[in-house]
Amino acid sequence: MESFTVNGTPAEFEGYSSTPLLWVLRDHLKLKGTKFGCGIGQCGACTVHIDGKAVRSCITPVTAAAGKSVTTIEGLAPSEDRLHPVQMAWLEMDVPQCGYCQAGQIMAAAELLAGNSAPDDDTIDAHMTNICRCGTYVRLRKAIHRASELAAEV
Amino acid sequence: MSAVSISRRRLLVTGLTAAGGFAVGLPAGLIAANGESTQKQSGKIGFYVEVRPDNSIVIGSAQPEIGQGVKTSLPMLVAEELEVPWEAVSIEQMPLGIVKTADGYTWKYGGQGAGGSTSVTGAWEFLREVGATAREMLIRAAAQRWSVPRGRCRAKAGYVVCDDSGDRASYADLAADAAQLTPPEEAPPLKPQSEFRLVGTPRNVVDARDIVTGKARYGIDTEVPGMKYAVIQRAPVLDARVASIDDSETRKVPGVLNVFEVEGPGKGAPYHILAAGVAVVAESQWAAFEGRRKLRVEWTQSPWANENTDSFWQQTDELLAGKGQVVRDDGDFDAAIAAAENTVTRRYKVPFVNHAPLEPQNCLAHVQEDKAHIIAPTQMPGGAMRAVAGVTDLEPDQITVEMTRVGGGFGRRLTNDYVAEATIVSKHTGMPVKLQWSREDDVQHDFYRPSGQHELRAGLDAGGRVTAWTHRLASAGKYYRRANVPPEEQFGAEIYVDDFPAGIVENLRYEWLAVNSGVPRGSWRAPAHTANAFAVQSFIDEVAHAAGRDPIELRLELYGENRELKYGQHGGPTFNPWRLSRLLEHIAKEIGYTRERPEGRGVGIASHFTFGGYAAHAIEVEVGDDGTLEILRVVAAVDCGVVVNPRGVEAQLQGGTIDGLSTALNLKITFAEGRVQQSNFHDYPIARMAEIPRNIECHILPYGKTPTGMGEMGIPTAAPALTNAIYNACRIRIRELPIADQLRERLT
Repeated sequence: MESFTVNGTPAEFEGYSSTPLLWVLRDHLKLKGTKFGCGIGQCGACTVHIDGKAVRSCITPVTAAAGKSVTTIEGLAPSEDRLHPVQMAWLEMDVPQCGYCQAGQIMAAAELLAGNSAPDDDTIDAHMTNICRCGTYVRLRKAIHRASELAAEV
Repeated sequence: MSAVSISRRRLLVTGLTAAGGFAVGLPAGLIAANGESTQKQSGKIGFYVEVRPDNSIVIGSAQPEIGQGVKTSLPMLVAEELEVPWEAVSIEQMPLGIVKTADGYTWKYGGQGAGGSTSVTGAWEFLREVGATAREMLIRAAAQRWSVPRGRCRAKAGYVVCDDSGDRASYADLAADAAQLTPPEEAPPLKPQSEFRLVGTPRNVVDARDIVTGKARYGIDTEVPGMKYAVIQRAPVLDARVASIDDSETRKVPGVLNVFEVEGPGKGAPYHILAAGVAVVAESQWAAFEGRRKLRVEWTQSPWANENTDSFWQQTDELLAGKGQVVRDDGDFDAAIAAAENTVTRRYKVPFVNHAPLEPQNCLAHVQEDKAHIIAPTQMPGGAMRAVAGVTDLEPDQITVEMTRVGGGFGRRLTNDYVAEATIVSKHTGMPVKLQWSREDDVQHDFYRPSGQHELRAGLDAGGRVTAWTHRLASAGKYYRRANVPPEEQFGAEIYVDDFPAGIVENLRYEWLAVNSGVPRGSWRAPAHTANAFAVQSFIDEVAHAAGRDPIELRLELYGENRELKYGQHGGPTFNPWRLSRLLEHIAKEIGYTRERPEGRGVGIASHFTFGGYAAHAIEVEVGDDGTLEILRVVAAVDCGVVVNPRGVEAQLQGGTIDGLSTALNLKITFAEGRVQQSNFHDYPIARMAEIPRNIECHILPYGKTPTGMGEMGIPTAAPALTNAIYNACRIRIRELPIADQLRERLT
């Protein structure tokens, strides 16, 4: 049995210990925001935070979350009315097209900004390795810069 | 199914909703062939527009939203004529709507489907008429209430006002009265472009907030009570069948419920599903994947066990050495080429590629005795219904299809094979089943973009003018195993006979040669155009260089005057090459085309007409001595007629550019012994942010009075502009995609 918190709420999982965290979140805890894109950690659609660190949950066994604090896209915003600066910037710059990759992109960007409040483009390139099949990268990059500004305003 | 083509506005009906709102839509009852309603309204209207009691507006979106933005742009058309503030509008995704008529079935909400970049064009008049009709009825209701002539009243931002008296009433207030009126026989006059307040203004994606908060629901997110999870182990070799199944280890996996064979398409028969396989049904997604991992399946010998990429190219070489099917023959090509002062002959190779939408295929199917319910990401909900009907005994009106947001389409979800699979599994188990594909399933089973080798030959006169042109294509066409396409028509998906330079170069021949291949092929974003634009736009550059002419100047000469040429294929009925000239001149100026570049730097351009839209790219690159390629600048321009949502058009132009570049740089699907060699994103490396230029400069040049689509227009010119730029930078001509290591190999 694995115990951990998800978005501040205690959670437990009693299935296979090898079950990737992704499927525990989606199917067991019904948190559908985190997506499945490749299953081998290549695309990043499954990105969540464990104790603030971004991980690709499709290759992270649920055991790795034991005793820790998991944050998914559903828990990123401070409250129902207040979005995270990354989410606000994403809306301002109208980043999404099909939208499927965006939860993972946002979680990756949020982690980047938590550690580096004003990343330059080279840093963004190195950190943001999530795949966007629709090609929203131009607006995505602008949104990260904008999020950095918004976070500084708070 | 027949389209609801004749005066659809005659079929618009209205009513009062249970909550006291005013709804306008198409009748949910029977519609006879003569267009009259033969059954009273059941009270539920196939609605398009609903005015709620709080004066907010709900607009129904009938088309699949696959990231192309129609869930935003189409409702804008309704809202424009309805005269409501965009902030007061919310959008609901409508399901598949079909209705039984006296002689078959027809669309309830008009045609539904996202393919060929037709949504905006198809809805342009109809949805504005819907909005105008609703507005007109609200105005009439107000005029009646105030006992003033209708002409004294006008609609403004969700209210009807009478300027004379100063009377004012909200749409919500007028709802009950408006619902009593009969919809007008004729559509009210539509606004002229000069009066648009909403159309042409930049609007954000309507679901953006749900997307960034993780609330947006895709097919993969579907969950219904009692649902089971299924995966299918498909034959890894083309057209192999199941020989034996050892599921002993699979059944030991906790949560696995059932294992059974799924029969594939018959030999040479249309693909109702892509492959034979073995289904594993389980209580959870992970158990299904784990169970499948433990499955041991033996497959029969495939008839295509010898198919590999090398033999494919060899076959194209052999075919091009012979004679093919001449599909267009203007003037006298043979005489003209014989008389030419100079001839240029080149060959180009375009590989198979995978659609790779980021959401792998999936479908929820619940099949029961007398009905079936489908929830799926699809580009063709009518096709989804037919897929279900094809593997059950159900009638169309026993099948309901709900459309989720789609995590990318790109043409993959035009075929509903995964819907058929889910239906088969649900029918077999008697339970609601969500069938899920893994990424490996998706990379290794697809209706791939057709691969082919192009041979182009041009004759030039002493003045460097093109006097003869032939385009010969040996390819594995996408009409392979399509039921209703005889062999002599299969070329139609590969060569569009009115494509440039047809109708321009007098002595011209197009020829197609059919490659024999077991690879399933289908529509990949801008079908045939990505391949043909690469070949033609590369070749025209090579012709220019051979003739000592400037590539833009040669194109402008060929494109010629502002005039409409006949264009009988999708995107017609006409093609105006001057609209490409207009774009080329614009981007040439933007990128500083004539400016001297240092050694190792070059600019390339390309222009193409795709399905009614015009686009061009100018790309500047630097090629290092070691073959490293850096894309310095991309200027993209599009003419998609009237622009409905400029933010959406720009997104599609950026996205199409990136798709074109990513595919040209690194992507191909290859075969060995009848098997796909790639399996996931580590060996099918879709470009990440770092590999794409940081900015893509977008220029939208509007034209005329009607919109074209935008989903596919931005792709075809990216690859040839890039390879033309590479040539100009370092005199290396890339004639085979993807570019991959070719520069490094040639320079080191």
